[in-house]
Amino acid sequence: MSQTLQIDVHHITRVEGHGNIVVDVRKGKLEKCDLEIVEAPRFFEAMLLGRPYDQASHLSSRICGICAVTHATTSLRAVEKALGVEPSKQTKRLRKLNLFGEMLDSHILHVYMLVAPDLLGVQSVISLAQTDIHVVERALRMKNVAGDLCAAIGGRHTHPIAMAVGGFTHLPSADVLESLCERLEAMRTDLDDTVELIQGCQLPGFERETEYLALHTEEEYCFIDGEITSTEGGSWPLEEYRSMTNEHMVDHSTAKHARHQRQSFMVGALARYKLNHDKLHPNAKAAAAALGLTPGCVNPYMISVAQVIEIVHCTECAISLIKQLLDQGIMPEDPAPAARSSGEGVGACEAPRGTLYHHYKIKDGLVSAANCVIPTAQNLANIEGDMRALVPQQLGCTPDEMTMSLEMLVRAYDPCISCSAHMINVKCV
Amino acid sequence: MSSTKPKIAFFDFAGCEGCQLTVLDLLQSHMDLLNAVEIVQFREAMSERNQDYQIALVEGSYTRPSDEVRLQAIRDQAQIVVALGACAHLGGVNAIRNAHRLEEIKTYVYGEKADVYESASARPISDFIQVDAFIPGCPIDRDEFVRAVKSLLQGNVPDIPDYPVCVECKLRETGCVFLFGKTCLGPITRAGCGAICPSFGVGCEGCRGLIPHPNMASLREVLSENGLNETSIQAKMGLFLTNQIATSDMEA
Repeated sequence: MSQTLQIDVHHITRVEGHGNIVVDVRKGKLEKCDLEIVEAPRFFEAMLLGRPYDQASHLSSRICGICAVTHATTSLRAVEKALGVEPSKQTKRLRKLNLFGEMLDSHILHVYMLVAPDLLGVQSVISLAQTDIHVVERALRMKNVAGDLCAAIGGRHTHPIAMAVGGFTHLPSADVLESLCERLEAMRTDLDDTVELIQGCQLPGFERETEYLALHTEEEYCFIDGEITSTEGGSWPLEEYRSMTNEHMVDHSTAKHARHQRQSFMVGALARYKLNHDKLHPNAKAAAAALGLTPGCVNPYMISVAQVIEIVHCTECAISLIKQLLDQGIMPEDPAPAARSSGEGVGACEAPRGTLYHHYKIKDGLVSAANCVIPTAQNLANIEGDMRALVPQQLGCTPDEMTMSLEMLVRAYDPCISCSAHMINVKCV
Repeated sequence: MSSTKPKIAFFDFAGCEGCQLTVLDLLQSHMDLLNAVEIVQFREAMSERNQDYQIALVEGSYTRPSDEVRLQAIRDQAQIVVALGACAHLGGVNAIRNAHRLEEIKTYVYGEKADVYESASARPISDFIQVDAFIPGCPIDRDEFVRAVKSLLQGNVPDIPDYPVCVECKLRETGCVFLFGKTCLGPITRAGCGAICPSFGVGCEGCRGLIPHPNMASLREVLSENGLNETSIQAKMGLFLTNQIATSDMEA
């Protein structure tokens, strides 16, 4: 049994951004167990100050190359609430469709390219292409549909163009939507194969109880707006996000940490599943049953399984949404106008890795205060809580085995470190 | 794996990693690229790390003195260093901070812990190491990336257009956005993106950088005639071009 152990993973791979895992066990005692965030700060909130409100979504989408659509949508919702803009039903549907596209793209990337190599015993998707080309081809085929869906609505996936305050500057044609609908329907075989692939994989059995937070509405499995809900009970309007996220600084991280009713909480696919599972599409519920995921699950490695379930859900919802849009016909319309030029608003969306908040004050058309709270920053304290519970359980393992378990744990959360590093504290005065 | 294939490594500094994701995305349609090169380092996608590479593709801006050491190590190893995307090429949106006092920006975001984290002005990587080629844009254009890599593999410098975005709007027959009451930086911005933003109803934001000898004064006048006040003109031009405008103003 190893009583003394040092682990130092410099720039953990297959995650977005730069983080280090540092563990120090001396004579059986855990002296240090940190996920260091060493990403260069980018100061987005300060960069938003003084800029015209219609530029905010274009700038803040640059926070993240993976969840650019979610940042843009959340930013637009914050501006719209501040200025009394009421988007049309068509705009709401198109935004939701765009978010489904991004959720699919991000989850497929995470499950197949970042997590699956660990489960299939290879170092990367590039190596996987040598050992099992069909799995890689399937991932790329599905990702291609998801990316094309985003591009049809926003102009391109990474950093959408056509999303504007109150609506869109460009609308997809019926032909484009019809073709995407056919491709999404054809993706069902790949969805079945994805469920089968994960069914055949053994995930670590670690468990730790914690609090889970997600957006919630009565109508559907919520991705935009709604209220904040907790597995500890209770729900809160979005405007009270600060009392949930309660960010605080720690010295080893350029991203802030968060705590609510316990020492830490989790956001993301598993939290959404636990809080909103009854509103999933029947096919997604069937996938959950096939993969053995239940609402009582407290195993963070199962986040990837919850993502697979959301891949099924988002595909099915995207198909129904396109059909609704086509039934109604795409109507040419200008973005809805602003009712005023000053105000304050909080926007919230479920990004692939959890709840994202943008909070702006706008004065005479210019952003005068900004605060963005990023899912990964909310998860950091919980990841470290898991690490500190996991390490003592595995003191009998070799350092390599321990490193592998910890890397897989951090990866399971799908952290988006570039996002979280600059998204820190701001006082909205 | 064949040792004769050119070895490529990806590196990232301050940025959103959207350009590297665009590279991952283009594998959907260009799997054959993997037959032409050997990728030996790509932290976002792979655990393998090999320091033996000939071509380095660098995403992100320089933003802190410790970045210089990493950049120099990349330069020492690689035969060809490519700046990938607006952050590496121009400083990107990160350079917005350069128009403000850094202390104020740090305090706004990190409060009393402002000094815990190392940060400096955001610069293109070419301010610190010699760069052999650049692939512009925020994000990079997929097709242009493939063309650029093909050129590099043939021993040529990628042919990046030095004419303005307006040319591509004409070629695409996209109506000028000024005629629809919008404003655009197309007349001063390097083409090569296929004028994608105007084709989706949004004026060019300048992410690919300035053309040689841009007529800045004339464009400012046009923006003003089209209803933008000084704050809006600065905000529009400063989104991606803060560093380049500071340089061109000094030369003017």
